[in-house]
Amino acid sequence: MVEVRLENLTKKFGDFTAVNKLNLTIKDGEFLVLLGPSGCGKTTTLRMIAGLEEPTEGKIYFGDRDVTYLPPKDRNISMVFQSYAVWPHMTVYDNIAFPLRIKKFSKQEIDKKVRWAAELLQIESLLDRYPAQLSGGQRQRVAVARAIVVEPDVLLMDEPLSNLDAKLRVAMRAEIKKLQQRLKVTTIYVTHDQVEAMTMGDRIAVMNQGKLLQVGPPTEVYLNPKSVFVATFIGAPEMNILEVSVRENYLEGRGFKIELPHDIMDLLKDYMGKDVLFGIRPEHMIIEGIGEMAHMKRTTKVKGRVDFVEALGTDTIVHVVLGDELIKVKLPGHIPLEVGKEVNVVMDVERIHVFDKSTEEVII
Amino acid sequence: MNDKTKFMLKKVAFYAFIFTVVAWILIPIIVSALYAFSTKQDYYDPHKIIPTHFTTEWVKTILFTLGAWDGIKNSVIVAVLTIVISFVLGIPAGYAIARYAFKGKDTIKLSIVALRMFPIPVMAIPLVVLYIKLNLIDTLLGVALAHTAMALPFVILITSSIFAGVDKELEEAAMVFGLTRFGAFKSITLPLALPGLAAAAMFTFVMSWNEVFVASILTLKNRTLPAQILSIVAGAAGGAAPAYYKFAAAFIMILPAMLFIFFARRYLVTMWGITLR
Repeated sequence: MVEVRLENLTKKFGDFTAVNKLNLTIKDGEFLVLLGPSGCGKTTTLRMIAGLEEPTEGKIYFGDRDVTYLPPKDRNISMVFQSYAVWPHMTVYDNIAFPLRIKKFSKQEIDKKVRWAAELLQIESLLDRYPAQLSGGQRQRVAVARAIVVEPDVLLMDEPLSNLDAKLRVAMRAEIKKLQQRLKVTTIYVTHDQVEAMTMGDRIAVMNQGKLLQVGPPTEVYLNPKSVFVATFIGAPEMNILEVSVRENYLEGRGFKIELPHDIMDLLKDYMGKDVLFGIRPEHMIIEGIGEMAHMKRTTKVKGRVDFVEALGTDTIVHVVLGDELIKVKLPGHIPLEVGKEVNVVMDVERIHVFDKSTEEVII
Repeated sequence: MNDKTKFMLKKVAFYAFIFTVVAWILIPIIVSALYAFSTKQDYYDPHKIIPTHFTTEWVKTILFTLGAWDGIKNSVIVAVLTIVISFVLGIPAGYAIARYAFKGKDTIKLSIVALRMFPIPVMAIPLVVLYIKLNLIDTLLGVALAHTAMALPFVILITSSIFAGVDKELEEAAMVFGLTRFGAFKSITLPLALPGLAAAAMFTFVMSWNEVFVASILTLKNRTLPAQILSIVAGAAGGAAPAYYKFAAAFIMILPAMLFIFFARRYLVTMWGITLR
């Protein structure tokens, strides 16, 4: 259990920069999720922390120890791989015992620890089997058991749930999170699944194109995204982004107006007459007359027309046409709405975002 | 012609084709085996196609009087040496091609294959000159080195596809859990690649076992089996040997190769890295 510090971490493959000057500190015992689309450099970052890739530039510290150029075996880490990487020519028992045997524990100690890990992951009955006789979910458990049995300083996980079916994934999500809370091991978890990141991480680090865009607790990243990328990557359906121009008392889009209170318009006075990006999440709007608006302190109304209704059972996603634009509104429950109906969309003013059009960084 | 007769005809054609291929391979083997043990009378009897009286005289004479047994021993030594040398050189090369991305990888792979484009005589004649200078002429090591040159490109390509079939993450997991890269190779990759490597070894063995040209040129007294048999049946003592000796010789040549293929069969699929588990 140790603090992990990445300083200016950079990895280049030829001309391609996979990870670009990454600075990040993962606190002792923290569950940090590295989140981003495929090819964003999150796995490369994890592999550098593991010692499987050598950084082009920058340093990696475990506590005060500089581990940048140490081979993986000397870092006291564990890793759960995307393919599980459970060795097919060894039984489950031997797979879990393997790291302990290398570390020269006594036979009794190995047995004790293997059984402890197997019990934690509920695979005691599988110890004599070979991986080929196991299901994907069971192999996953073996991989996790093998990773925790050595009591590592840092636990690394590379999309460990991506090969499981949806139901199992949800169950394992909670299980891994609980296990981590119990063991209090510093954990770095790589995923492209924002729901996984939101539900599991103490903090989320969002990456794109090799750069770290934002780090923070899930709710903070969700409520106060610093850029359009983070705003749209987290949340489903994704945040509505509309191109608008700043006017005296309102924002003007293509064929619609969004009136906003003065205190908010004041924040935009540098952008007067210019184009900006307006963002609001589907769940931060309702349709007038339908849905609860008591929790909204201040609201603004925009006229629109229902274009399409997606009934998900627990929620209803309503596609509403505003002028030339289309936005999605997420309402709880099953809402029967007629396509073509004129409606008023009510937006929660406290939950709106405005981004600079050229930098795509947040203004409000 | 309706669909059903078409289907039947296709089926008949298919089985006829299979039958032809199998017969094409099996008949010479069966004929060699039968005539290898046929008595002289039966062999020359114009009314008999399938002999009914058998003798082991020809096989015994070839083996023990004419030196084929020594040839077998030499062949085994050469084949084993070839496997050892070509694996010592080929496994690291195959591993590097499978695991690392480096400049000129495709060129190297292509030139490995291109090496096999040279006709063997082009390689063999200069070798004789070189071997005389190096005192390797008429030695088993010399033949093994020449066979290694012929087998190595295949060993490299086959082993690289075998190693590529072993998931990289299995090896990385071993490194994360406390081994060096070499240690991970030894305790994870090698055991998993073993069936494929065994098949590659058998392939090399059979290649060396069958090779006659280089072996004949590079040796005189220490001949491998094919070279020895060639000199027996082509009649080193002036004039070709009688036909039943030739069949007996063919039988002696075929048998070990058949046994090898029989055992290698179940591994042959994995040789090209198609399946590993």
